[in-house]
Amino acid sequence: MGRYILRRLLQAIPVLLGATLLIYAIVFALPGDPIASMYGDKRAPENVVNAMREQYHLNDPFIVQYWHYISGAFQGNFGRTFAGVEVSSIIASKFQVTLNLAFTALVMEAVIGVGLGLYAALRRGRAQDTMVLASTLVLISVPTLVTGFVLQLLLGVKLKQSTGIEFFPISGVADGLHSYLLPAFVLAGTSIAYLTRLTRTSLAETLRADYIRTAVAKGMPRRRVVGRHALRNALIPLVTYLGADLGTLMGGAVITETIFNLPGIGQELFRSVYERQQPVVVGIVTLLVLVYILANLIVDLLYAVLDPRIRYE
Amino acid sequence: MNQSTPPIPAWGIPDPVRGVTGTEPLLAVDDLHVEFATRRGTVKAVNGVSYALNPGETLAVLGESGSGKSVTAQAIMGILDAPQARIPRGRIRFRGTDLLRLKEDARAQVRGRRIAMVFQDALSALNPVFTVGSQIAEMFRVHQGTSRRDAEARAVELMDRVRIPGARQRLHDYPHQFSGGMRQRIMIAMAIALDPEVLIADEPTTALDVTVQAQIMELLAEVQRDSGMGMILITHDLGVVADVADKIVVMYGGRIVENALVHDVYRTPAHPYTKGLLKSIPRVDRKGRELYAISGTPPNLLDMPPGCAFAPRCPYRQDNCTTEAPPLYRIGPTRGSACHYWREVLDGSHG
Repeated sequence: MGRYILRRLLQAIPVLLGATLLIYAIVFALPGDPIASMYGDKRAPENVVNAMREQYHLNDPFIVQYWHYISGAFQGNFGRTFAGVEVSSIIASKFQVTLNLAFTALVMEAVIGVGLGLYAALRRGRAQDTMVLASTLVLISVPTLVTGFVLQLLLGVKLKQSTGIEFFPISGVADGLHSYLLPAFVLAGTSIAYLTRLTRTSLAETLRADYIRTAVAKGMPRRRVVGRHALRNALIPLVTYLGADLGTLMGGAVITETIFNLPGIGQELFRSVYERQQPVVVGIVTLLVLVYILANLIVDLLYAVLDPRIRYE
Repeated sequence: MNQSTPPIPAWGIPDPVRGVTGTEPLLAVDDLHVEFATRRGTVKAVNGVSYALNPGETLAVLGESGSGKSVTAQAIMGILDAPQARIPRGRIRFRGTDLLRLKEDARAQVRGRRIAMVFQDALSALNPVFTVGSQIAEMFRVHQGTSRRDAEARAVELMDRVRIPGARQRLHDYPHQFSGGMRQRIMIAMAIALDPEVLIADEPTTALDVTVQAQIMELLAEVQRDSGMGMILITHDLGVVADVADKIVVMYGGRIVENALVHDVYRTPAHPYTKGLLKSIPRVDRKGRELYAISGTPPNLLDMPPGCAFAPRCPYRQDNCTTEAPPLYRIGPTRGSACHYWREVLDGSHG
C-alpha cells in the first residue's frame, strides 16, 4: 500500500512538470503584450516597457523564460506579478475561498445527486422517476453561465425584493458558509444531474445482481437488501465519479466565482489570463492539476476500501 | 382459482415417518402457472406444474434451460422478478398454507427461515463486498436478533459443519478468496443456518468441476439426512440425480412430462423426452460410437405449438400429437407420463 502511494506520487512529478510547460507555452502564445495591456488605452512609456521586459525576462526565448520560472519554482519561488506581488501569497490568500466553494458544492452534489438517484432508482418507470430524469436533463443542457445568472437574479435579487429577507447572498464571502450556498449549487448543477443519473443506473443495475436475489431469498427485509446489500456495491462507481469531480469543480469555479464575485483562485485565474500574468496562471493551474492528481489517488485508495476484490501491491 | 382436482392427485408414496399415504405433504405445488410480460409478448414459463415434497425426501426436478424448473423454484421462494412475472393460476401449499395468498411480510417469515435456497453460481450469488462470515451471521442477526459475537460463533459452527477448513480464520475472508467448491459450501451453510424444512438447490453443482460436484452433492445429501428436511434438487444432469433423489419430475416447455420414483425412470422411462435424455448420457461401453442427441431445438415459450410441446422432436410422434396436448396420464400408482403413447415408450418399440 505504502509503496503504491509512493509510486503514484512519483508518477505525479512528470505530470506536473509537463503541465507547467504546457500552460507556460499556452500563455506565451497568447497574442498581445502584457506590459502594454497594463496601461490599457494609454501608450506605455518606452523606457518603462524596456525595463520591465528586462526584469521579467520577456526578451528571452521561450525555453529560457520557462527555465527561469521552473528553476525558481524548485527553490520555492513561484514568481511575481507585474505589480510585484508574490504568486505564492496570492494563491495562499485565495485558495481557501475556492476550496470552501468546491467542497460545499461536492457535499451538495453527493447529498442531492445520490439522494435523487436512489429515489428515482427505487421508483423506476414511474412518474417520479421520469420527473427526476427530465429535470436532470434540463440541468445538464443549460450551461452554468445561464443557471448562475438566473438563480442569482431569482433566488438572490428577486426573492429578497419580494420577501425582504436575504435568503442567498449574491456576491462576496462576507456571510461565511451562507454566502457559498447559491454559488456552490450553481457550480454543482451539472454534476448533480450527472451523479443523479449515475446513481440511478448503478443502483438499478446492482438490484438485478444475483447476490441481491440471494439476499431476498435469505429473507432479508427490503430495507436491508437495498440499503446494505445493494447500496454498498452501487456506491463504488459513485465514489470514483465524485473524486474525479472535485478537480472539475475547482476548475469550473472560474465562471461561478466571476458571477458571484467570490475572491477565489478561479476569479484570479480569469483575471491573470486576461492580464497575461504568466506565473500566476501557471501557478494556479499547476495547483489544480495537483488537486486532480491527489483526488484521483484518494479515489483509487477508497476503491480498495469499498471493493475488497481490489488490492494494491 | 382452479379448485377441481388436478389430473394426478398428491403423491401416493408411503411416507416412512407417518407410514400413511395421502396426508398433507410438506410442500405441494398445485397447477402452477407463471408467465412473464416481455416486449415481444407473454412468455408462459410454467404451465400447470404440480409436484409434492414430503419431509426427508429428495425430489429431483430435471429439465433443460427454459423448461421452467428454476422459475417454479423461484415462485416457491417468492423471488420472481417483480414487475414482469405473474402467477395467474395455481397454489403453493407449505404445510397446508397457500404461500401465494400470504401477505409479503408473512411470506418473508417463511423465506430463508423455513424454505431456503442454494443458487447455481456461488461467486455471483454471494455479495462480493461483505465477508462470508457476515453473510452467514446475517441470518441469525436479522431473523433471530442474535448479537454479533454469538452470530459469528454460530457462523463458525456452520462453516465447520459444511467442512470449510480453518473456519475461524476464514470467517473474515471475502467470497473471491475461496475456491468454487468452498463458495458453494458457504452458500449451503447460509441456507441451512436456520434449519429450514425445505431446501431448494438450483443446479448447485453446475458451475463446479466434476470432483467437486460429487463432494457438494454428498454434502447436500448428508445435511439432508441429518436434518430430515425435504430437498428439491433442480438439475439438468441425470447423473447427479440417480444417487441422491427419491423421486423425479421431468419438465419440458413449462410442463411436467414425467414423474416417477427415481429407479423407475432409469429402468423404464415413460416419456420420449426422458428416454432421449437417458440415451444421451455418454457410456463407456458405447465408446467410439456416435453419442445420441435429441434432434431439434427446445420450444419457443413465446409461441408454444398446439398439442404436445415435444412433438416436433419426438420419434413417437403421431398425427394427434400436434393437435391434442397430452394430459399427465396416470400410468401407475407413483407414476405419470404426459405422452399419448406412453405404452409404446414403455415397451420400447420405435426405441
